[in-house]
Amino acid sequence: MFNSEERIEINVENLNLYYGKFQALKSVDIYIKKNQVTALIGPSGCGKSTFLRTLNRLNDLIESVKIEGSITINGEDIYDKNCDVVTLRKKVGMVFQKPNPFPKTIYENVAYGPRIHGINDRKTLNIIVEKSLREAALWDEVKDDLNRSAMRLSGGQQQRLCIARVLAVEPDVVLMDEPTSALDPIATQKIEDLIRDLKKKFTIVIVTHNMQQAARISDTTVFFLNGEVIEIGSTELLFTRPKNPKTEDYITGKFG
Amino acid sequence: MNSTENNTIMKTKKDGKFGFSFDNQVIVFALLRTSMIIVVMSIAYLMYDIISKGIGAVSWEFITSMPRKGMTEGGIWPAVLGTVYVTMITALASVPVGVFAAIYLNEYASKNVFTRIIRLSIRNLAGVPSIVYGMFGVALFVQALALGSSVLSAGLTLGLLTLPVTITASEEALKTVPISYREGALALGATRWQAIRTNVLPSAVPGIITGMILGVSRAAGETAPILFTGAAFYLPRLPGSLSSKFMALPYHLFIMSTQHHSIDKVRPLAYGTALVLIALVVAMNLTAILLRIHYRKKLRG
Repeated sequence: MFNSEERIEINVENLNLYYGKFQALKSVDIYIKKNQVTALIGPSGCGKSTFLRTLNRLNDLIESVKIEGSITINGEDIYDKNCDVVTLRKKVGMVFQKPNPFPKTIYENVAYGPRIHGINDRKTLNIIVEKSLREAALWDEVKDDLNRSAMRLSGGQQQRLCIARVLAVEPDVVLMDEPTSALDPIATQKIEDLIRDLKKKFTIVIVTHNMQQAARISDTTVFFLNGEVIEIGSTELLFTRPKNPKTEDYITGKFG
Repeated sequence: MNSTENNTIMKTKKDGKFGFSFDNQVIVFALLRTSMIIVVMSIAYLMYDIISKGIGAVSWEFITSMPRKGMTEGGIWPAVLGTVYVTMITALASVPVGVFAAIYLNEYASKNVFTRIIRLSIRNLAGVPSIVYGMFGVALFVQALALGSSVLSAGLTLGLLTLPVTITASEEALKTVPISYREGALALGATRWQAIRTNVLPSAVPGIITGMILGVSRAAGETAPILFTGAAFYLPRLPGSLSSKFMALPYHLFIMSTQHHSIDKVRPLAYGTALVLIALVVAMNLTAILLRIHYRKKLRG
């Protein structure tokens, strides 16, 4: 049915999520295609970040969360009892809103993931670190001193370091939760260029507040409102000919 | 006319918001300043008194030689060594337990009634009088566990006394580690323990060490808990093993200033002992501060 470029990587069916009694996600159905950038847009508190965190089960950490429905990644139900969270999070990496480098050297930040998964050989780590930093377009800026503290990098560099850190564990999917909201325009542009580049190898799901950003970098856009998916479709169509009047109101700036 | 005006002003001053009340910052500042002066002056006087009367007695020989002639002459070496030994055991006993308890409370325990009771117990433990710890130490370590009156029993008793401080300080240190360090690690596929061990604990180390040293330095000055668990009035020998009895600086000071047969004669020695004890505690606190600065610098890069 789909050609190789259009293969579905993540399929979400009838997903409901509750924080205690509050229902944050209401029967969400979403498909996410392989090697595409899927943008999640919507006003604050609409559930897009919550949804993103269901994909690597980071919501599991919150005690009061209850989840119903199914999410399959590459055909595997990630909420199945037999699903190993560690393996899942290796395959589904995440970049956070605020750059969160660990208080270690640049090298140790990138090597962190491989190390916890049992790679300790220095030569292998060296290769992984260089490759990941190159993929994150940071190598040229930091190659002279990888033993510098990551805390000394600029915000944009820190965020690219966090991306390199995710790439080092060789995920299939990269989740990004408003990765540029704490960055200046130039740093933002670098990250956007990077995202366009990364989709050749990875499937990317990005939450963004910025509709221009969604329009610039994504292939598919999902519009969330009050925990529901109002519309999902190709970015071009959704921004030019939205089917739902609520989508139109949002993208034309009538609310949000 | 003038006087009526004055009256109205007086009246508004009395009744109004800007009258004689705690909103008046001049008064509050005066109060703050007075409190500060009281604190500084008492410490300054205490230090002056001890240093001026003790410095004459203190010498390298005083610190490193044995007491002689019924403790009327000679030094305090056994007491110094005893305090150092017992303090080391205290640290070894209380730090691991304290850190692990703090990790459990801050990282694993769910927020329920049970956890609240544990926390409340720890706070209360901090308020238990030290003599009660002493008696508890006698019952548990000296008698029930048959460790006898020894350095080990005393060290463990002091370890219990320090535990609330170590747990609370470690927990506070863990709390200051940003949640993003945990999430970042977990999102890379780290297990909870991996995230804590490799990412959370290293950032919390400065706080933990500070808390540990402050707790232990308090324990070093305690008398009541070691009174019945291992401290001796006088010993001709240095403590040779974990089961030896020992002399300790605070207890020695207590003896020299209240129990000695010729108190007036040994008064300078008592002041000397007090000075050495205070110097030891200050040195430990200074170490805590220096270590904290060192680790902070290291973390910031």
